[in-house]
Amino acid sequence: MSSGERVPLLEMRRVNAHYGAVHALRNVDLSIYEGELVCLLGGNASGKSTTLKTLLGMLKPTSGEVVLDGEVVNDRPTSYRVARGITMVPENRRLFKRLTVRENLQLGAYLRKDSDAIAADMERVYELFPRVKERLGQKAGTLSGGEQQMVAIGRALMSQPRVLLMDEPSMGLAPALVQQNFELISQIHEAGMTVFMVEQNANMALGIADRGWVLQTGRVVLDDTAAALLANPALRTSYLGGGKGDDEGETADGDAG
Amino acid sequence: MSLTTPSEPGPPPAPEPAPSAGGAANGLSNDAPPRPPFAQDWRRIARMGAIGAIGQIFISLSNMPVKLDGRAIIEGVLSLGYLSLVVLPLAAGSRVGHQLRREGVPFHRPGAHEVIGGAACGALVGGGLSLLAVLIANFDLREPLVNWSPILAELLAFNRGTAFAVIIWLAIGAAVGAAGGLLRVVPSLARRVLWTMVLTLFGSAVLESLTTDLAEGMGIEGLVDWFYAPRGGLTITGAIALAAGSGVLAFVARGRIKGAKARIDALEGPARNRAHLGLILATAAVLVILPMFAGKLTNELLANVGLFVLLALGLNIVVGLAGILDLGYVAFFAVGSYSAAVLTAATSPKIHPELPWFVALIGVVLLTGLVGLFIGAPVIRMRGDYLAIVTLGFGEIIRLLFLSDWLSGWFGGSQGITNIPGAEIFGLAEVAGTDPRSVFYLVLAFCAIAIYVSWRLERSRIGRAWMAVREDETVAEAMGINTVNVKLLAFVVGAVLGSFSGAIFSAKVGSVFPASFLILVSIVILVVVIFGGMGNIVGVIAGSAVLIGVLGGPKQPGLLAEFSEFKLLIYGALLVWMMLARPEGLIPSVRRTRELHQEELAQDAWLRGQTEDDNGEDQS
Repeated sequence: MSSGERVPLLEMRRVNAHYGAVHALRNVDLSIYEGELVCLLGGNASGKSTTLKTLLGMLKPTSGEVVLDGEVVNDRPTSYRVARGITMVPENRRLFKRLTVRENLQLGAYLRKDSDAIAADMERVYELFPRVKERLGQKAGTLSGGEQQMVAIGRALMSQPRVLLMDEPSMGLAPALVQQNFELISQIHEAGMTVFMVEQNANMALGIADRGWVLQTGRVVLDDTAAALLANPALRTSYLGGGKGDDEGETADGDAG
Repeated sequence: MSLTTPSEPGPPPAPEPAPSAGGAANGLSNDAPPRPPFAQDWRRIARMGAIGAIGQIFISLSNMPVKLDGRAIIEGVLSLGYLSLVVLPLAAGSRVGHQLRREGVPFHRPGAHEVIGGAACGALVGGGLSLLAVLIANFDLREPLVNWSPILAELLAFNRGTAFAVIIWLAIGAAVGAAGGLLRVVPSLARRVLWTMVLTLFGSAVLESLTTDLAEGMGIEGLVDWFYAPRGGLTITGAIALAAGSGVLAFVARGRIKGAKARIDALEGPARNRAHLGLILATAAVLVILPMFAGKLTNELLANVGLFVLLALGLNIVVGLAGILDLGYVAFFAVGSYSAAVLTAATSPKIHPELPWFVALIGVVLLTGLVGLFIGAPVIRMRGDYLAIVTLGFGEIIRLLFLSDWLSGWFGGSQGITNIPGAEIFGLAEVAGTDPRSVFYLVLAFCAIAIYVSWRLERSRIGRAWMAVREDETVAEAMGINTVNVKLLAFVVGAVLGSFSGAIFSAKVGSVFPASFLILVSIVILVVVIFGGMGNIVGVIAGSAVLIGVLGGPKQPGLLAEFSEFKLLIYGALLVWMMLARPEGLIPSVRRTRELHQEELAQDAWLRGQTEDDNGEDQS
């Protein structure tokens, strides 16, 4: 997909971010355009999760700008950004396990006041995932992994997002479910949703994405179309370079390892 | 027989699948062979017996049996003191059978095996007392262990010498343990009838002062005199009549109460709401009418329970819904009491606007809300253990401020504020400690408000946000919830509910002192909430009724006034038992139960060989 001269929906301009003394992001430039499915690849501790946190406003950049639809949102809280169309499907799904599926979906629409439109969006989620409708009264923690993934995506869609951030969608799922999950993502993308996904599983992610970046110790080292990245021998080497240290514990390294 | 099975916390036999009435205990084992009676798991019996024996010695040396001996359960037959010595053998005997039944897959039909195992275990537990009797007779235990009194030796020996004590406690232990084992063997219906009888006897003995009081109010003392002996406890004829009556009732009502509950639960929409409304109205009617016949003591007790219900409902929002472990909740009770005192009492040292109580209440709410904000703002940014410790500190700081010389010009220091007038209700009535009935009605009204508010909040958008923060704060933030504001709001709502209780407390007691707001109060309220079932309104009310009503509050006597010394010991024991056996609380919310027993359900399903249909509960 060519970007042309359009204004990106979500953009990072030369962003630096620190965790205490650790320089987690170094001059990161990203731009996500309406309707794209793009992915950010990288090994452990390469700064993928930091990027997501910075985009959502849970971490403040030390320099650079986060731009949402032309507006610099550096000083805006998470709630402001969510209300303007960013939403995240967290890694490992992280549903509110002791709440019902219905309550989980309602919480996705927490910032919305338009109850009619919320009800209509609920229906849309049921249409997308008929199994979710059967489980509405059940506690989210009792669902199977695949069903939880559906609820997690449904919960994110309930906020009427313009761009969906997905944190490691393949994490902690059985291989068959990973496949199913990526099919879900491309299905949502084909329905018109802009998706930004952060992944370790490079082959899987690039298989469905339009463009991608490779992050290595906080720096963007590759920036290309998905096809070109797949063909690039540097992908593998840059990956292995960033594979030291542990980011969030257990990982489901797919083909990258 | 293997010992490899980890001894997991014993769950109540709640989700027994379709008990075939009158059949074997659990419907699974009808065709299984009985286990050979003497092929016992002796190591488990020895372990449980030893634990029980240590428990018995501990109970005895705490002097509980002697102190409680004065309270008769059945006149001349059983006192509360002796009862405290047979609980452990019974529990141990029953528990040994319980674990043996669960341990092995193929099941064995319960029978002589359970009774013999129970008897052996019970004898060991009872043997603890035999050992103690020998020790007391031969060594001077008074030096390091000062709590027990020499009367204990006589009590253990029934005044017949050490040798008798050794034998009799082994025998009593074995008999009671066997009875515990037998509970595993008899059909579930018989077990239920037996339990109903035992609980009725115990309950009517515990409720003696309350029943007598009510009977006097209704003018039917004659009937009560027949049940209760002049010096306390049930008469033997009364006990027999009660046991028989309750047994017959339990037999007749078998399954019907559960059936009725299931029918109400199965109702939907307006019909269900109507059923619930009916229940609530009936309860309210009883609570309004009952105090009219009750005397001072009963009303005093009810008022105390009500004050703690109010506190527990407030803490339930903070801990149960928002998941903020507040160990300093007493601070808001204190601020509520003191601000009401300052605003209403003429004797308040610095300022004394002498406002009418209801006008002062507005000030109380505002002040406590502000204090809640001030304490909450720094505290709320912390998580978990740190938060708990800091709230604990703030709870003490508030009390110490009221006690301090620095503020004694405002709050009277350790002298406190006295001569606080009662609450005048729109010129209709004066609510003061001299008239506990009116205090109870006032408390009842505020409880009703608090219950309604809690109930509405739980189902609202903000209630969902609280629960989301409790479940996963980071994700809640990613949903756009302003977690700091939401948690702060929970803190302030809890504070305001607590301040109501404080304002009524100061009007009721007529004086406030820093000593009324010890950290113990925070802990008791938290125990009430945990005991009743966190996040559950009915549970919190039941928890207050049982703990505060029966055992008593931090300073308020309960129905079993003899327990006052041992209150904390029993609170602690109850809490430990609760965490092991019923982590969801006395009245579990459906949500919590499902979560906590899920593993067990999965295990049961596996044991059933998954041949029977599972009722829609998919465990994939």
